[in-house]
Amino acid sequence: MIFRVFDKDQLQRLYDVLAVNHIVGPVCKGVNQNSAPLYDFDFVKTFSELKLDYSSTIHSLKRFVLPPRETLCTFELGDDNWRKRLDFNVHEPIVFFGLHACDINGLNKLDKVLNSVVYPDPYYVAKRKNMFIIGVNCSPQPFCFCRSMGSDSALHGFDMFFTSLGDEYFVEILSATAFEYISAIKSREPNERDHARFKEASEEKINNFTCHVDTTDLTKILDLEFQAEVWKTWGERCLSCGTCASVCPTCYCYGIHENVNLDLQGAEKIKQLYSCNLIDFAQVAGGHNFRPESHVRLKYRYYHKHRGFVEAFEESLCVGCGRCGESCLAGITVPEVIASVRGLER
Amino acid sequence: MDKLPFVDLMAEKNRYHRRGDLSAFEYTCQAEITNVYSLTETEKLYQIQLIDREERRRFTFKPGQFVMLELPGIGEAPFSISSSPARHGNIELCIRAVGNLTKFLARVPRGTRVGISGPFGTSFPVKEMRGSDVLLIGGGLGLIPLRAPIFAILENRSAYKDIDIIYGARKSSELLFTYQYDMWRQFDINLDIIVEQADEDWDGAEGLITRILEKRCAASDLSKNTYAIVCGPPIMFRFVCDMLIKAHLPVRRIFVSLERRMHCGRGKCCRCNIGSTYTCLEGPVFDYWSVMNLKEAI
Repeated sequence: MIFRVFDKDQLQRLYDVLAVNHIVGPVCKGVNQNSAPLYDFDFVKTFSELKLDYSSTIHSLKRFVLPPRETLCTFELGDDNWRKRLDFNVHEPIVFFGLHACDINGLNKLDKVLNSVVYPDPYYVAKRKNMFIIGVNCSPQPFCFCRSMGSDSALHGFDMFFTSLGDEYFVEILSATAFEYISAIKSREPNERDHARFKEASEEKINNFTCHVDTTDLTKILDLEFQAEVWKTWGERCLSCGTCASVCPTCYCYGIHENVNLDLQGAEKIKQLYSCNLIDFAQVAGGHNFRPESHVRLKYRYYHKHRGFVEAFEESLCVGCGRCGESCLAGITVPEVIASVRGLER
Repeated sequence: MDKLPFVDLMAEKNRYHRRGDLSAFEYTCQAEITNVYSLTETEKLYQIQLIDREERRRFTFKPGQFVMLELPGIGEAPFSISSSPARHGNIELCIRAVGNLTKFLARVPRGTRVGISGPFGTSFPVKEMRGSDVLLIGGGLGLIPLRAPIFAILENRSAYKDIDIIYGARKSSELLFTYQYDMWRQFDINLDIIVEQADEDWDGAEGLITRILEKRCAASDLSKNTYAIVCGPPIMFRFVCDMLIKAHLPVRRIFVSLERRMHCGRGKCCRCNIGSTYTCLEGPVFDYWSVMNLKEAI
C-alpha cells in the first residue's frame, strides 16, 4: 500500500482532475425537522456541492450498483418467434467521491454474493467494474455500530482512502489509476509525525463510538432463541413496510416481472428490489405463504444478516451503518433487537 | 488527465458462452412446446424440445434438478424436470395451472416458443443408491420431481434392489401419470397408491400416505441399505420423515425436494432462502440432516 499526504487546499485540484468523469458524492439535500442537514449520494456538479464532512447519508449508494428498478432485457416478439436483447445498463465509469468505510464494506459484502464464482450477476459486476472509489474517514454518529460489526475500517475495495489530519489528508492508495491521479496534485511522502497523527486519528474515532452490539456467539444465540417470544413483540411493532431494506447498503433481494408492450411487438423483463419484510415475499403460486406473519419475516431478516451470511462467509451481512434504525417508522433498531434476543435490557 | 477507461462486459473479449460466465447469466435456450397432454383438470404435461440441436445434445441434467421456464412478457418460474435424464434437451415438465404464468401456459398451443434456462440445483444421488432398496414417497404434485429418479432407476433396474413407490393424492381424479403405473409395475416395482377421499370410481386404498408407509416400515429393516426420497406438501414431509426416522432410517439417506418461490434460480434474488440457504443452489434436493439444520424448512 502506498501512502501520501496532501494539503486540504489541493482537494479542489484533485476534484477538477477527476471531473472529466461523472462524480457521485455526498451532497446536502435539505434539512430535517431539527434543521440538521440531510445528505444523500448524488451526481456532483461543482466542487462546492461535495460535502466530505457529511455525517451519514439517508440512503446508501446502492442505487448506483443495484438500481431499485432495472430493465434486465427486452424481447422482440415475432409471430411464432422471439429474440432476447441484453443490456447491463452501464455506459460510463463513475467516480464515487467520499464513501465512508461502512459503504465500502457494504459493496465488498455484496461482491461475495453477486460476484460469486457460480452465476456472477453481470448487471452488478458491470457497474462495479466501472467504479472508481475514494473513501473518506468519518466521525461516528450516535446510531453507528460499524465497529461492532467489524466494518469501521475498509481494508480493500477502494482506489484511495482519505483520513483527515487537521489541515491535511493522509491518503492510502490501492490502485495504479489512483496513483496517477494523486500524482497530478501536490503531495508528499508521510513522515513519522504523520504516522503518529494517523494512528491518533483512528484511536480518536474508535473512542467516539457510543453504540455497540455484542456479536459474541450470535449465530448460536439466534438459533437458540428462534422461538423466543421477543420476536413477536418486535413483529407487533414492525409495519412490514420494507423501508429498512430500501436504505440498507447490503439488502439485495429482488423480484422479477415482465410486461408486454402496448403494440405487442416487444416485451421487457424488469427487476425490482424487494424486501423480505413485505407480506408476499415468500408466497408461492396457489397462495401458500412460507412466512405469513410479520414477526417471522422480521426474524428472517436478522437470521439472514447475522446468522446465515456469517455461516457462509464468516462475516455478518450487516455493516452497522444504522440507517435502517434511523429510517424505521416504528423505531426498530438493530442494536435493540439483538440485545433483546440476547436477553439484555437496554 | 485522461478519463477512466470504460470496462464493457458486453465486448466480445469479455464474452464466452459457458455457464457461470457473466454473459451467460441471462442466457436462455429457445425451446418449443412440441406436445401438451392433460393429465388432470389442472395439470398438464408439456413436452419441450430445445430448438438448437447442439444445445439439445449438450443439455444434461441430474434427476431432481429444475429449469426456469420463461414466456417473454408473461414471466419466468422454476419447474422440476419430470423426464428421463437420458433424453437430454427433450424434457417434460408437468405443470399445474395455478399462477399467472402457469395459467397462461395452460392456454398456449403446441409449437409455442418458450425460454429454458438451467438446469439448476442439486439432485437425488441415484448413483449412490445403487445396490440398495429405494423408497420413493410422493404426495400430490410430489410425484412430478420423483418421476426423473424413477426413470433413472428403471433404465438401470438391475443395479437396484427393492424399489417401492408410495403415492398419495387427495382424490383419485388428482392422480398423475396414471397411464404409466402398469409400465412401472412391469419393472418389478411395488407401487402403492392411496387416496384421501375415495369416490365410486376408486377401488384402491383409502386414507393418508402414512398408512401405507407404516406397513412398509414394519416390513423390513430400514436402518441398513435403504434410501428414501420424499416429496410432497409441507405437512406431508413432517409426518413421513418422522416415521422414517422412527424406523431407524439414517438421516443422511433421506432426501427431500423442497419448493420455494424463485425469481432467478441462480442464488441472487433471495426469494427461495431458508435462513440464508438458497433452495436454488444448495437445494432443491436436501438430505434430511440439512433440513434438520434449517429452521422452518418443512
